[in-house]
Amino acid sequence: MHPLRIERLVYRWPGAERNTLEIGALSLASGESLFLFGPSGCGKSTLLSAIAGVVEVPKGAIRVADQDVGAVHGGARDRFRVDHIGMIFQVFNLIPWLSAIENVLLPCTYSRHRRVRAGDNPEGTARRLLSELGLADPSLASKPANELSVGQQQRVAAARALIGKPDLILADEPTSALDEAAKAAFVDLLARECAEAGTALLFVSHDRSLERHFDRGVDFLALNEGGA
Amino acid sequence: MLGFSLRSLWNRRFVAGLTVLAIGLSVALILGVERLRDGARDSFANSASGIDLIVAPRGNSVQILMATVFGVGGTGTGMTWDSFEWLEDRPEVAWAVPIQMGDNHRGYPVIGTDASYFEHFRHSGGQPLALAAGTFFTGEGADAAVVGAEIAVRFGYAPGTVIVNAHGSGEVSFDVHDEAPFIISGVLARTGTAVDRMVFVTLEGFDTIHAQEETPLADPLDPAAMPSDDHDAHDDHEAGDEHEDHDAHDDHEAGDAHEDHDAHDDHEAGDAHEDHDAHDDHEAGDAHEDHDAYDDHEAGDAHDDHDAHGDHKGTEAGHDHEPDRINAVYVGLIDRTSVLGLQRAVNERPSDALSAVLPAVALAELWGITGTAERAMRLMAWAVALAGMIGMVVMLSATLDTRRREFAILRSVGATPARIFGLIVIEAASLTAAGLILGLVLLTVATFVTDPILSARFGLRLGLNVFGASELAALFVIFCAGLLASLVPAVRVYRMTLADGLSVRL
Repeated sequence: MHPLRIERLVYRWPGAERNTLEIGALSLASGESLFLFGPSGCGKSTLLSAIAGVVEVPKGAIRVADQDVGAVHGGARDRFRVDHIGMIFQVFNLIPWLSAIENVLLPCTYSRHRRVRAGDNPEGTARRLLSELGLADPSLASKPANELSVGQQQRVAAARALIGKPDLILADEPTSALDEAAKAAFVDLLARECAEAGTALLFVSHDRSLERHFDRGVDFLALNEGGA
Repeated sequence: MLGFSLRSLWNRRFVAGLTVLAIGLSVALILGVERLRDGARDSFANSASGIDLIVAPRGNSVQILMATVFGVGGTGTGMTWDSFEWLEDRPEVAWAVPIQMGDNHRGYPVIGTDASYFEHFRHSGGQPLALAAGTFFTGEGADAAVVGAEIAVRFGYAPGTVIVNAHGSGEVSFDVHDEAPFIISGVLARTGTAVDRMVFVTLEGFDTIHAQEETPLADPLDPAAMPSDDHDAHDDHEAGDEHEDHDAHDDHEAGDAHEDHDAHDDHEAGDAHEDHDAHDDHEAGDAHEDHDAYDDHEAGDAHDDHDAHGDHKGTEAGHDHEPDRINAVYVGLIDRTSVLGLQRAVNERPSDALSAVLPAVALAELWGITGTAERAMRLMAWAVALAGMIGMVVMLSATLDTRRREFAILRSVGATPARIFGLIVIEAASLTAAGLILGLVLLTVATFVTDPILSARFGLRLGLNVFGASELAALFVIFCAGLLASLVPAVRVYRMTLADGLSVRL
């Protein structure tokens, strides 16, 4: 089973003159972490959207957990996404008025698959994840998300992506709002947790200094042969 | 999902609270207007039950109905006792109850009537009046009074309490008849109609308080209106020119007095008022004849009157006092189909300018008048509801832009656009439902607070009634309107989440 396998992906934004993505092949094995680097605006986020099934992709180009993303439509795609993919964004990952622990548990409310895989006690699992990510303080876990620092918020987002052991985690520059020390610590923790859970990690950033934390690094410009 | 929506709303509780308040006020207003309307109609309809015709001095039928049945306002100048007797004598009339009005007891209307009122009055679909304590007028003197339940409760009256009435209909009165007190003989059981806030006194008692204040103006020969004054006059006569009087009388008997006596005999057989007219004539004429007239009175004019009435008919056994003027007559018919004929007869009666009012017709007329105001109020209430709905749409829409990120996050964790659409609809439904509940609470509180005031001032009882079908329908319509209104922001959110995907940048 491959958490992610991309073959001959061509994608063009509706109305655009050139193809945004033209990727020959890219795949990840279970538990593997991949660092995908490239300058801003080169199409990295579009690739993540394509993998997550947010944009319409041609059939057969992207397979997540051996399932063709392009063949799933509508609401089924949203359910498919939450079943197999955890996502971490740059900033504002959390619902501000939910507590940290509630934010972590969100995928379990929308996905039976994730809930089952989170164990008998999803809340206990969420607390364990938070403490492993350095948020052991119970008062932090019950605080509304908007009262947490940016670093804490990103770690809560990581815990949310990890809960229920999805096949793949997509991280879109999650460290861009963090300072240098926090960046390294965050990436280190994330990579380690993914490895432990057997979750593949696709980490996108323009900051090559983080590359050393990952199993391998790929230059997006080289990967995206014909893209913008 | 409901819990999530509620949490989301709680996060915006200030604006959400205002929205709920707006919807709640509109709900209270809509239902309140309906309840006020229904309450008014029920009160009126209940108060007027059992009366086939109300005869009063010519005037507007709605005004007559309001005054006689509801104790609000007054009728025109009084109708004569003659007319009452004429009515009572009509073959189609089963019973007739005289009504006198114009006084109040601490703001509550005082009705002068006789025992037949309690016998014939019906309320709330045919129920007779019942006593909570004491007795009706029967066997009591002229100073007997029967009070409605509300008055008894409010002022703590019980049989035996002495009360004093005032002239006019205002609550504050400077013209108190404290020289003519009444003793409460009975307290009526609660009826939920205007009767609860009325004081009933005997015709004799009602006249007494006016007779005393109107002494200089009243006809000194009217034995019924002021027996005590009459006696005073007597004393004067006896102390002064009594001898002369008798002498004169003798003279008359010897001379041309026969004609006079003949005339009197006629009067006794006939009508008391004609009698007085005759006296006036005598006064205008000769002094001796005038004295002569007094002699007649001394001889027991009042008794003659009673005898005369006893001759009239058996139906009027209760009328042991004949007032000069009354304000209205409640009429019950033997056969209700004759009501139009009697109405015509009353209207065409030349001697008195009278109106015969059919309570049901007058009520319909009243609703015709108030209908416009009702419609305006209802329109206003629904306009407020519309404003509340718009407020909700504004609130939900205004927060959409700041919540875009929220929706993107929800989608990233597996929420479908349809679920986010549903989220907005559920938020709107929750707001509307909360508004409905708040509205009902407001209405209940308002009813609770205003019920005593409305019932004291207007005899209007709203009551904490359960929902009628029409109220449930109104609530349902408002709820559906809320759902419908929520489609505006929900559709926007749906489109937005589809377009934004997961990549909203702030």
